[in-house]
Amino acid sequence: MADKITVGHVHMSGCTGCLVSLADNYGGLLTILDKYADLVYGLTLADVRHIPKMDVALVEGSVCIQDKISVQEIKETREKAAIVVAVGGCACYGNITRFTRGGQQNQPQHESYLPVGDLIKVDVYIPGCAPCPQLIRNVCVMAYLLLKGNKDQQELAKKYLTPLMQLADRGTEACGCDLMYDVVNQGLCMGCGSCAAACPVRAITHEYGKPNVNREMCIKCGACYAQCPRAFFNFDVIPEFEGIMDAIDAALK
Amino acid sequence: MAGELGKYKLCVSARSSDKAILRKAQDGGIVTQLFKFALEEGIIDGAIVAGPGDEPWRPRPFIATTVEELMTASGTKYNISPQVSWIKEATRSYGLDKIGIVGTPCQMQAVRKGQLYPVGLRDVPDKIKLAIGIFCMENFSYQSVKQLVEDHAAMKLDAVKKMEIGKGKFWVYGQRGQVVQLPLKVTHKYEQPGCHVCLDYVANLADVSTGSVGSPDGWSTVFVRTKNGDDIWSKAIAAGCFETKPIEQVKPGLELVTKLATEKISKNQKTVEERAKFGVNKGLRNPYLGPK
Repeated sequence: MADKITVGHVHMSGCTGCLVSLADNYGGLLTILDKYADLVYGLTLADVRHIPKMDVALVEGSVCIQDKISVQEIKETREKAAIVVAVGGCACYGNITRFTRGGQQNQPQHESYLPVGDLIKVDVYIPGCAPCPQLIRNVCVMAYLLLKGNKDQQELAKKYLTPLMQLADRGTEACGCDLMYDVVNQGLCMGCGSCAAACPVRAITHEYGKPNVNREMCIKCGACYAQCPRAFFNFDVIPEFEGIMDAIDAALK
Repeated sequence: MAGELGKYKLCVSARSSDKAILRKAQDGGIVTQLFKFALEEGIIDGAIVAGPGDEPWRPRPFIATTVEELMTASGTKYNISPQVSWIKEATRSYGLDKIGIVGTPCQMQAVRKGQLYPVGLRDVPDKIKLAIGIFCMENFSYQSVKQLVEDHAAMKLDAVKKMEIGKGKFWVYGQRGQVVQLPLKVTHKYEQPGCHVCLDYVANLADVSTGSVGSPDGWSTVFVRTKNGDDIWSKAIAAGCFETKPIEQVKPGLELVTKLATEKISKNQKTVEERAKFGVNKGLRNPYLGPK
């Protein structure tokens, strides 16, 4: 199809779990590649050596600043891609790579890992470890609508992506502490439990209606805060859940 | 239809036709009855409900997969049960493909956000098959309820049979038949602060939402909102699960629901605006403007 968008998967220092999450859309991924997007770059999936020009770059992993090629490739990604999406906790916030201090074989000097947003401007965040397949899918569909859709579809895509763009603007640090600083301390928590459900390492429990974060267990993926309805709740999108979910389902049929 | 009462396809006054459910119900037993029907018909494999916790009147979310388990959760507990915290666990540890969940308006907002923006809710979005919302003016922490019942109403929590907010009062019914009423003026200061920015009274984002307001004693007002909710509700009606009356024919009816919804939303909208200028040229966060 002529008006497909071009998408690339750029692999920085990550475990490939984000790519697996993308693949976990199974048939949905095939439909996306069939109808809406051409995969123009991807270490494991496309036989292309150098980062080409593309509409959307899905970046997985943080950047090791002692690895010249990584640094060069992430800068090149920014030059070549119209939209840069940080996929997963490492690209957004560093995630578990925040804990590395080098010393590992066979590159013990690789000790400093930065979230992508510390080196280039990132447009959209998909936090979480691993990021959820359905959120990656939704962002892919919305990116397509933004670039190739009609006016209404572009409007919807813009509204949908706005909070994920605001998350990218918000910064490159995340921790379970965000629930305290930006929700409980701000008088906004109502104890729904979203944060605990979102946490991939079960670091969050609820004690007497409020989240209790085990900070030793937190891997800094950013899922809890992004999932919290008192972190963001956009009344121009979420109340339309029925129509939007039907539209995404229909697009992937 | 939209506005304070949200979009809905149908609004009726209803009660369960099952005597056993009504005996334990807060009002019309709508939530218990609808989940019972959905469980028996295989529309859901299990429901996240607020069951008994470690202390008297302290709810704890749990996953009911049988009618017996479901029955232990009936009735309103006026404090926080983090319902959504089990939503991924229900699909994982319990392996459920079709989940029911009951919750307050904010919890319905959390569920819908989780379906559209499933940041940490892998494979959950397609598995929510029945979300029942309950009307909510505000909620309390467990400690607040304890203080209200034990200090203000001078009753022991484990001697309480039922609590209720209605007719402008907080009612505490004892096991031995005694009744204490507290004016809402007393309860206000114990409200959960996070409730004061909530802009939803009748769970606008649920499949079906219900609450006592608007209907006579022993009955509940029911809004059927989504296509999915409508489908399940009509099947339940066809199966004879509920007695219903047109909402236009009951007192006090929709007028009171609209009045309370408007009061809550305009008061809290004002709070949201005041938060923006809370300090000196500095404000508090507004979640409706974004995550920053």
